[in-house]
Amino acid sequence: MQESKIIKIDPITRLEGHGKIHILLNKNGNVDEAYLQVVELRGFEKFCQGRPIEEMPNITTRICGVCPWNHHLASAKATDAVYKVDPPEAAKKIRELGYCSFFIHDHSTHFYALGGPDFIVGPGAPSQDRNIVGVLKKVGAEIGGNVLKALRYAHEIEEIVGGRAVHPVFAIPGGVSKALTDKECEKIHERARFLLDFSKFTVDTFEKTVLQTKKYADLMMDDTYRLRTYYMGTVDDKGKMSIYDGELKVIDPEGNKFAQFKASDYLKHISEHVEPWTYLKFPYLKNVGWKGLVDGKDSGIYRVGPLARFNVANGLTTPLAQAAYEKMFKTLKKPAHETLAYHWARVIETLYASERLLELIQDPDVRSSNVRTIPTATPEEGIGAIEAPRGTLIHHYKTDPEGIVQAVNLIVATTHNHGGICISVKKAAQGLIKKGKVNDEILNMVEMAFRAYDPCLACATHTLPGQMPLEICIYNTERQLVKRMSRL
Amino acid sequence: MSQKKLKLAIGLGATCSGCDMTIVDLAEKLTDVFNAIEVVFWPTASDQKLKEFSQLPDGSVDLGFYHGSIANEENKEIAELLRKKTKTMIAFGSCACHGGVPGLANLTTTKELFATVYKETPSTENPDFKQPLTESKMSGYSLHLPKKFDTVQRLNDCVDVDYYLPGCPPEVPLLEKAIETILTGKLPKKGETLAPNRILCDECPRKRQEKKISKIYRFQQIIPDQEQCLLDQGIICLGPSTRMGCGAKCITVNMPCRGCMGPTSKTLDQGAKMIASLGSVLGLEGEELMSEDDVRRLMDEVKDPLGTFYLFTLPASILKRKNMTQK
Repeated sequence: MQESKIIKIDPITRLEGHGKIHILLNKNGNVDEAYLQVVELRGFEKFCQGRPIEEMPNITTRICGVCPWNHHLASAKATDAVYKVDPPEAAKKIRELGYCSFFIHDHSTHFYALGGPDFIVGPGAPSQDRNIVGVLKKVGAEIGGNVLKALRYAHEIEEIVGGRAVHPVFAIPGGVSKALTDKECEKIHERARFLLDFSKFTVDTFEKTVLQTKKYADLMMDDTYRLRTYYMGTVDDKGKMSIYDGELKVIDPEGNKFAQFKASDYLKHISEHVEPWTYLKFPYLKNVGWKGLVDGKDSGIYRVGPLARFNVANGLTTPLAQAAYEKMFKTLKKPAHETLAYHWARVIETLYASERLLELIQDPDVRSSNVRTIPTATPEEGIGAIEAPRGTLIHHYKTDPEGIVQAVNLIVATTHNHGGICISVKKAAQGLIKKGKVNDEILNMVEMAFRAYDPCLACATHTLPGQMPLEICIYNTERQLVKRMSRL
Repeated sequence: MSQKKLKLAIGLGATCSGCDMTIVDLAEKLTDVFNAIEVVFWPTASDQKLKEFSQLPDGSVDLGFYHGSIANEENKEIAELLRKKTKTMIAFGSCACHGGVPGLANLTTTKELFATVYKETPSTENPDFKQPLTESKMSGYSLHLPKKFDTVQRLNDCVDVDYYLPGCPPEVPLLEKAIETILTGKLPKKGETLAPNRILCDECPRKRQEKKISKIYRFQQIIPDQEQCLLDQGIICLGPSTRMGCGAKCITVNMPCRGCMGPTSKTLDQGAKMIASLGSVLGLEGEELMSEDDVRRLMDEVKDPLGTFYLFTLPASILKRKNMTQK
């Protein structure tokens, strides 16, 4: 019953997004260059100037309706810093609790609807099957129903905690606007238990459909999808992965620690480069330098997101996820440069977020009524960072003494990954398109190179929405269009 | 319900895609409705699909949803195409209805915006101030970027709109009701908003006494009473100038309304209405005794009138945008 309705809505999830890939061929029909263009800019950094600081967590959610939670919370953390206020433990835990639920929601959507279809139904399947409909057909009706139930449960937890699931409003400078009642906690607890079972199932499904299928396992290890870059992610004081708070750690392509710093020091480590052909900037490690769109140790390009977090951390804090993490690094050498392993790390993170959610809802602190510290200091400047599902997200605000915003800087996950995505696309195009031969399967396999990052172009453009570029254009040496493809 | 499915097309402009999430939620809940609807076009510039869509006979699609505001040439083209192909077109969500949060870009210009994003932001390393260009040559190939407009518009500044479904994003019950109305053919008069035409205070669970308020608080400054009206407690809440229909969800978590539903039909300008409402409650009991300075002091406590009263509706307001001729 449930599936027939999802069938009707299929185009929704696959069609979010706005970007263009241009592939330029040389005389021999091989790939010269490939460009991923982001075609819109909304300019939050400018029009947030003049707004009261406390409004920022609610204004910046509108950067992205797909991932409003990370913006809401990175922003709230930045406003805490602006006021030099430390929220009560309960408030931090309630924020993280809601965030875990959002994380499960977001990652699961990607696995079942966006990135997963490539593996579950296969990269060469007809495009009309390479979507959640195809996935549900493959996994069966009962499981399909569970997928929808899990998404709904996660959504309900988000609404209890955040007020609203899309564009939550509860995080404010110094804490959260509302404590959780016992009744609400029971409701969350019940849903959290279901979500943990569901996430275990997701990891199993990934292992069965992807890892145990030789074709896909080989594809993951193929050089076409390998990129040797630096990685950045957040770790706690023991070096374990953290999604809500910690320090930013960077490793080099060999896996050596390159830097570890508080998010508030990001300007000492990260710069952004501008190119005229896209609205999106290219961040790079300042202390390595911008060397163009190339990978390797001499290029400052680094990557963020699930695989990067796994590469920089020395483990995960929850038992089941930790076991899965260890299993993954038995197959892959650390640091893993296999871009398609982003999918693997993503499903394990779903398990991590589910275990963490259950931990937090059982913590007596989240039932505390002390959820706010009233800020008293003169507001000034603050930086807030969080690990968004797609990677590190940084919000940086400056205010006048009245708390009116004077300057805003935002570096979102997909922007951090912009350089990596561009190189991945080019490399995949070069590896897969030979002598001008292109077909749907080849182009889908090129797309897989960037879909692994789950790019969110709404975020990246602060700016336009969605998760996928939709159009690939191929040009000959005269730069005439020879083929245009876009996904259904 | 008839066997013939209703054809729906969804187009999008400058949007965060939160509206898509509402539609996804709806679909999860309403099998029947989605059995009665066939989606013929779901947004974005999927060129192939866009081409197919543009080849459909004009007016052959029953229903169009457009979410997002109009901020560049591509947004405008999609809006015009959707209008041409659909019989009934609905402005979906705050951005399409009123301009939405990205409409705050009307307080600036593209030039200023580029200077901030591509030069002044502290992480940007761009000494020559390179900027994105609508045309740039790379490896002998010209890459095109859509031209960004200086002024963000709402949907009906560009095309004729039949109905409005406000909210950021619209709440599922409103969308359910709207779809039911459409499926049963009981459509209201053209130009109506598909939400109750009363103010949010009418559905707010808090007790309002319309007290005089002698001090305005920013919400981070006090812990409000959970039962009493936020405005009565000195926290600016846009309830009195905002249409109901959202379920007062923000208010149930102690956060004031910021007006995403826009005004009722009785109000031309949401911000002006709010200023008037505030004016009537601001001050001490026995206001006639207040000096000019007292009044000014109270008004000064509203730190950002424009951003507070027009957060979602600047492009739809009588103010529209910052004067382009002045710096």
